[in-house]
Amino acid sequence: MTLLGAADDPSCYSRLVNDWVCMDYVTDRQQEIVEATIQHIGITVVSVVLGLLIAFPLALLARRVPRLESAILGITTGIYTVPSLALFPLLVPFTGLTATTVVIGLALYALTILVRSLLEGLRSVPDDVRESATGLGYGRGQLLLKVELPLALPVVMAGLRVATVSTVALTTVGSLVAYGGLGNLIKDGVLTNFRAELFTASLLCVVLAFALDALLVLVQRMLTPWTRGVRA
Amino acid sequence: MRVFSDMWAYLSDGANWAGSDGIAALLGQQLLLTVTALLMAMVVGLPIALWLGHLGRGGFLAINISNVGRAIPTFALLALLVVASWPGTDVLGPYGRAGLATLIALTLFALPPIITNSYVAMREVAPDVREAARGMGMTGQQRFWRVELPLGLPLVVSGLRLALVQVWATATIAALVAGPGLGQIITDGFFRSNYGKGIAGALVVAAVALVLELLAALVQRAVDPTRRGTPSGGHTDALSVTGATVESPAESVG
Repeated sequence: MTLLGAADDPSCYSRLVNDWVCMDYVTDRQQEIVEATIQHIGITVVSVVLGLLIAFPLALLARRVPRLESAILGITTGIYTVPSLALFPLLVPFTGLTATTVVIGLALYALTILVRSLLEGLRSVPDDVRESATGLGYGRGQLLLKVELPLALPVVMAGLRVATVSTVALTTVGSLVAYGGLGNLIKDGVLTNFRAELFTASLLCVVLAFALDALLVLVQRMLTPWTRGVRA
Repeated sequence: MRVFSDMWAYLSDGANWAGSDGIAALLGQQLLLTVTALLMAMVVGLPIALWLGHLGRGGFLAINISNVGRAIPTFALLALLVVASWPGTDVLGPYGRAGLATLIALTLFALPPIITNSYVAMREVAPDVREAARGMGMTGQQRFWRVELPLGLPLVVSGLRLALVQVWATATIAALVAGPGLGQIITDGFFRSNYGKGIAGALVVAAVALVLELLAALVQRAVDPTRRGTPSGGHTDALSVTGATVESPAESVG
């Protein structure tokens, strides 16, 4: 094998060449790359959705009981302060070396951003709009669903974008417990000094972050048609 | 929950704190890394951002740098720097293995929050205050030093606080690519299936992170000239999404 290999030009990802950019690597290891990307997207989406599901009732609670607001914000900020490489190990005793550990950790980070943007968004609804709706006979629930949430949407979506982009980046650290999506390839690239693998995985992470961000911008445009043309 | 007793055993054994690769030495090393990187980022970022904010130019760049910084995984950048032939894994004095690579990554990740917040801090000074200062005959320099900087200081400091949190987190991740710092205890524990040790390291890292954040919050309160700081999501809050860090780019797209 080695003799045959020596006859040809060595592939651009062989130990001898070790190029950063190498299309041969991408075609030869396509399956591995696709699997890592799918795991990455999966972890990111589940984490952000979970974060949103927890953030929503928390934000409503904080708004209803102002005394709890600073407590909720304080605790979530505290969680945000803990580095991801420290947060994952702290969850391991409860969730083991599973994808759940990564998802919960990332959801906690997303939560911090989302609670804040939900509160800011709801606060940005003008009081007179709220009063008019109440005057029209809207109950509390209807007011929230039909008036306040749609008007809060631009701010909430801004938060969702920030949360999604940072979650994509943070997912890589999940490679500590072997569930890091593209982070697993990055880790392997460092350990084996495999430049093509490292560079391709890093680039895909950034591309993924911007792609999901662009997707959310599109969703926001569809959900808030009235904002178009108003802002510059 | 045997890991907890393992963790406690690791933390309570004095031998694990002493020595050149003990907790105390690594903690000192990571603090040194953090302070150095934060200072370098301040020296580079603050003058540019404050000056641009004073002139009102370059806003697009100053605000979007945060969005770009957020999209780049710290782990990936660290890995690229370490595997590259320069700076690589060379030991850099007290900064340890891959010290230079780590310092570069830390500084780069500290820059976006510093630049964005400082820029916005200058721009958010109320226009009538600015005009009043101009009407009193203040020169550009005087307005910058006596009006804009004091009023914008809380937001500038909140950017530094965010950068501090970011730098500490990145310094921890450095160990994942064989770099220096406390993260070594975490990664070492995990790679050798000594989870008690890994969790002990995580606990120390998390505790120091919280202490740093609290200290930074105290500094931020101390520099607020108006003392009407709104800790629960006002404009002076670094993590607040409608606050300076993301509002403009996020809204202008929609």
